[in-house]
Amino acid sequence: MFGDIFNAQFVASSIRVAIPLALAGLGGVYSERSGVVNIGLEGMILTGAFTAIAVTNFSGNPWVGVLAAILVGILLGLIHAVTCITFKANQIVSGVAINLFASGITIFLCWLLFGETQIMVKSSLPIWGIPLPNIGEGSVFVRNIIVMFAHHSPLVYLTIIIFILSHIILYKTPFGLRLRSVGEYPQAADTMGVNIVKMRYIAVMTSGALAGLAGSFLSLEQAHFFVKEMSGGRGFIALAAMIFGKWTPFGTAGAALLFGVGEALAMRLQGVLAIPVQFIHMVPYLLAIFVLVSAIGRATPPAADGIPYEKEIG
Amino acid sequence: MKSIKKFDYYILLETITPLIAVIIALLVGAIVIMLIGEDPVFVYKTLFGYAIGNRDGWGNVLFRATPLIFTGLTVAFAFRCGLFNIGGEGQMYIGTFLATWVGFTFTNLPALILIPLCILTAAAGGALWAAVPGILKAKMGVHEVIVTIMMNWIASSLTFFLVLKFKAQPTEAMAAAGVKQMIPHTKEIAEAARLPRLYNILHSLNIDFPAYNQVNVSFFIAIGVAILVYYILWKTNLGYEIRAVGYNPLAAEYGGISVAKNIVLAMMISGAIAGLVGTNEVMGFKYRWRQELFTGLGFNGIAVALLGKNHPLGVVLAAILFGILNYGGALVNIYTAGRIPRELIMVLQAVIVIFVVISDEVVKRLIRQRRKVV
Repeated sequence: MFGDIFNAQFVASSIRVAIPLALAGLGGVYSERSGVVNIGLEGMILTGAFTAIAVTNFSGNPWVGVLAAILVGILLGLIHAVTCITFKANQIVSGVAINLFASGITIFLCWLLFGETQIMVKSSLPIWGIPLPNIGEGSVFVRNIIVMFAHHSPLVYLTIIIFILSHIILYKTPFGLRLRSVGEYPQAADTMGVNIVKMRYIAVMTSGALAGLAGSFLSLEQAHFFVKEMSGGRGFIALAAMIFGKWTPFGTAGAALLFGVGEALAMRLQGVLAIPVQFIHMVPYLLAIFVLVSAIGRATPPAADGIPYEKEIG
Repeated sequence: MKSIKKFDYYILLETITPLIAVIIALLVGAIVIMLIGEDPVFVYKTLFGYAIGNRDGWGNVLFRATPLIFTGLTVAFAFRCGLFNIGGEGQMYIGTFLATWVGFTFTNLPALILIPLCILTAAAGGALWAAVPGILKAKMGVHEVIVTIMMNWIASSLTFFLVLKFKAQPTEAMAAAGVKQMIPHTKEIAEAARLPRLYNILHSLNIDFPAYNQVNVSFFIAIGVAILVYYILWKTNLGYEIRAVGYNPLAAEYGGISVAKNIVLAMMISGAIAGLVGTNEVMGFKYRWRQELFTGLGFNGIAVALLGKNHPLGVVLAAILFGILNYGGALVNIYTAGRIPRELIMVLQAVIVIFVVISDEVVKRLIRQRRKVV
């Protein structure tokens, strides 16, 4: 039984489940490090998921779909930025509005363009990596390694690159230093000549792009279809991962993997243990609450997180 | 004297900002309608004309407004304590399911006992579900937004599990045809647990009203709860404490008010109101629990609360407006033979929220500037 559950496929599926959470969580890192809370991630994932499939089916090219999902994510990020940064409105409320908007517009367009509420993907991205050797041919060990790490959607490798780049950008470049300073102590950053509004716009739009990419992975690569509300709370689980990962790229990736393992495990236990499937479905959400509780006292948010910046005059 | 007059003018401006937001949203909607090649004048005429043009329309609007009054008050009440309870959906699920269970289990109780019992159970279920994020927030500082959302999904799975446990036996006709329940549902609640429809009341008063209209006594319960919320928040010590925590938790704590206690209490009262959605959906309408993935009532409550400026009266008015939009939207969908999806209304609602939030901030800034000048 143990071997049936914990095999190479298990690792591979954990990684796949973790990808959208990690990408959206990283979006949260950018946004909150600059001082803007973004609970609109959920809606951005959903819209990205829909856009990716819709554009793929119209253009026939999944790469165009991925690109479109990123662009739509940026657009929603822009809306969030305008409301929260320019108009200094409540960030949670703006995020909620984006989520409402996303639920409505995706089904609205789905009806309008396809005449149904669920669409199948016509073509997916190719699998990249080393071709799988046939069973019996070559060693089992090598085959397992390939299944786990070298036989994935290109977006999986892209995610890994994005994470390494993000770590470098946030911690090794002047841009990253400015971004973090804007979220910690904007008054000081302002005095040093950092353009707070510009930094926050960039951060929030980046977070939208990452959430859009997360959505495209979810629909194109994981589910192969779009259905209403398919984001299933992932935007919020991603935020839990971000908090557990202490607002750092690698920490967030680690936490997302934890969720990946949890969900993959739950899916596998379904056939093994006599647990009703509904309880299996609760696992990611229970895990998110558990993770949040255990992060208390360990994780401190950026000091200016969620506070609109008011320039002091006179 | 002059400055006071100016001040009043801006207060007025502040109260009508939601109206401005609604008008802008309708204009945005008109553009969307034009973009998909339909006539916005015809669409809006259909939407408002049929929704509020006759008694049947009004009944349908109030029937749709009822759950939104509950979920709107849910959000508004918690917000007065500085909390974002966006878990209305889950609280409503648990409260409603428990009330249904009481309704079909204690079938030999008289209506005089069973109806209040069902209502209390609905409230208790919602309060219980909201207590979890409340306690986590009060004792450990876990942000309620993520927890309440997670609790929504858990509630959805839990009720799905329960509805399968208490699934209704197929009717003879269904069994004969071998038809399965498409959406799992429980058996019906007892006759004694059902709330009368408005038709029954009006009919006995000899007032003409369509018999098939679904608006029921739950609407009056919702209005009663709105008044109660007003009373609690502005006329009792508890309300004073809750609002004090909402304004400034540190100052409240310094003034001897227990922040933790009030957070938990505010969440529980807020959740209890969400649970009462069951009075309309089950006790007054379907008479059974039907498992559906998020109906959106909980989330629309957020929009209703924002539009109503978190005030009970505003919430009731905003809920009625959303009732008009929802019912009118469904009619537009039918009258255009599906060319305009009813989800247009969801888009409109989101646009309303964004503009309410923005116009609120703009007006606040205007007032602040004006005060400085004066």
